[in-house]
Amino acid sequence: MATDYAVETRGLTRRFGKFTAVDGIDLQIPRGQIYGFLGPNGSGKSTTIRMLCGLLEPSGGEATVLGHSVPRDAESLRRKIGYMTQSFSLYTDLTAAENLDFMADVFTLPAGKRRARIAEALDRYHLKELAHQRAGTMSGGQKQRLALAAATLHEPEMLFLDEPTSAVDPQSRRDFWDRLFDLAAEGTTILVTTHLMDEAERCHGLAIISRGKLMADGAPAKLMQDIDALVLEIDPQDPRRAAELLRKQPYVKSVTQIGNRLHALLDKDVREGVKQVQALLTQEGEDAKVQEAPADLEDVFVASTGSGESGEEHA
Amino acid sequence: MLDSLRRARAVARKEIRQLLRDKLTFGMIVGIPLLQVILFGYAINTDVRHLPAAVADMAGTQLSRSVVSEAEASQVVDVVAVVHSAPELEALLRDGKVSVGLYLPPDFDRRAQTQAEPAAQLMVDGSDPTLLGVAQGLARMPLVGRGAPRSQPAALFEVRDFYNPERRSAVDIVPALIGVILTLTMVLFTAVAIVRERERGNLELLITTPVSTVELMTGKIVPYIIIGLIQVSIVLLLGWVLFHVPVVGSIATLYLSALLFIAASLGLGLLISTFAKTQFQAMQLTVFTFLPSILLSGFMFPFDGMPAFARWIGELLPLTHFIRLVRGVLLRGAGLGGMWVDVWPLLLFFAVTMFLAVLKFHKRLD
Repeated sequence: MATDYAVETRGLTRRFGKFTAVDGIDLQIPRGQIYGFLGPNGSGKSTTIRMLCGLLEPSGGEATVLGHSVPRDAESLRRKIGYMTQSFSLYTDLTAAENLDFMADVFTLPAGKRRARIAEALDRYHLKELAHQRAGTMSGGQKQRLALAAATLHEPEMLFLDEPTSAVDPQSRRDFWDRLFDLAAEGTTILVTTHLMDEAERCHGLAIISRGKLMADGAPAKLMQDIDALVLEIDPQDPRRAAELLRKQPYVKSVTQIGNRLHALLDKDVREGVKQVQALLTQEGEDAKVQEAPADLEDVFVASTGSGESGEEHA
Repeated sequence: MLDSLRRARAVARKEIRQLLRDKLTFGMIVGIPLLQVILFGYAINTDVRHLPAAVADMAGTQLSRSVVSEAEASQVVDVVAVVHSAPELEALLRDGKVSVGLYLPPDFDRRAQTQAEPAAQLMVDGSDPTLLGVAQGLARMPLVGRGAPRSQPAALFEVRDFYNPERRSAVDIVPALIGVILTLTMVLFTAVAIVRERERGNLELLITTPVSTVELMTGKIVPYIIIGLIQVSIVLLLGWVLFHVPVVGSIATLYLSALLFIAASLGLGLLISTFAKTQFQAMQLTVFTFLPSILLSGFMFPFDGMPAFARWIGELLPLTHFIRLVRGVLLRGAGLGGMWVDVWPLLLFFAVTMFLAVLKFHKRLD
């Protein structure tokens, strides 16, 4: 079953009782890419990752990871994948070096290679000075680097990262993504979940997931280009009043205030959207400058999920 | 196979590192045996001596006085009060001031001579069953002294106490205590050890690694086997130093039977860990299994005195068999071959619990 895809799923579904966490997801993730799952908390991103890692059994559909069918062949897949859990799951009462030591043994790295790999990992992820510090006393960013070092120690072909940057400051986040691109350049396929637009935008490919369903997928640039909405930038005198007026229109999907300007999404099939909005605002005595604008990823997210907030909680 | 061994060893090494850093657990490893041996060894004492007694000597003869001093000389009773009527004796007993009352009637000498009826009366506080037994021993005390020239009838049986001639409780209790301590610590430690990984999220990572269930469980068990054997040594040493508990049998046999019992306890601990979701639940379940072990194993109450139903449950508990083994080896110098009836249940218990634990522990989160 040679395929160019690292991950392929067909109708992947997982139910918890009556709740459907993942609802018939079809995916194709090419090898050597950083592929993002973008979606709010509780949208089914983690559940999908856990099924792909063989941690959870799918209720329906099928999935292959690196040519192995999961969960059937999950055991033979173990050596080829690395997994970084959402919360820190190494041992907090062991030092960084001891944790890596443990992982090296668990993945049975060859005795000759073992020491070199650990030293390399400590160096690469700036953990040298922290080697003998207990993991529990480290900062969020340090823990995250340690977790990535542990997950990549056995040089996996594929890396699953579940919200890796949730407890990390912006600078550490940027450094972390640089490391991810290093790994991708070495040929590692990376599947990363996030609810942050700037992170999602840096992925080669992206799947937008909401309420367990795949809403859109593709390269971020292509998703923004093919957005199923008209994006307007409006510069009114009273942005709050203008926003209120616009929200009443049935063809307006969403309005976001950015400083003194408004960012609006309209149905794509609205004719002459710019003129129509201009006319509406002029009629209401609101002298506004209206022009078409390029879509950003947030727009794509809103347009495809119909939800205004990426971080919104869906129970 | 070699890889498998390496992974199990990695788990074991990690576990030992964590143990050495966990001061509370480490303290329990040494503290529990220390405390229990000292508490049980000194407190549980069924060889009763120096019972407070009152005497009502209504005869006041030389013979009656010699009987009183004879009773005192046995050290079983200490005369703390002398009264002059039976009702006074009863009052002292009722108020708990004395445990034994000795009533010598005015015609004591004549009764002692004729043997037609008991010469004196011994009143005992029967609310404590052990006292009753002791007093009954006292009642068999032979009458000596000049005024009692009668011949004692020969006893039907001569009792010879083979393995604990001085009837010291510590000799019975300390060996059994090895089992009690191991039951508590071994089951608890292993149960908590796995549940802790689940609670802290380590398990989610572990199951995406090549570690198999058997490797994980083996790695988890081995450090606790070592700890168990250390505890056995502590109890033995304390028992020998403080209570002069004899070691009649071979030490190797003793450690072998301890190993069997440790394995059975760890199997139970692992099984509990597959049921418990939190460390607290693991502790509750451990206590749930600990109580019947203490009560029905023959540690607290004589096994043969229990009703059949309780004995059946007792036979299911590893502690019952271990207590028989350890008493056999330590006090009677028995070998495991001769005590096979108590060896195979431990092996079976270990096999069954391990099998169920591995079966029930899925390398999955659901």
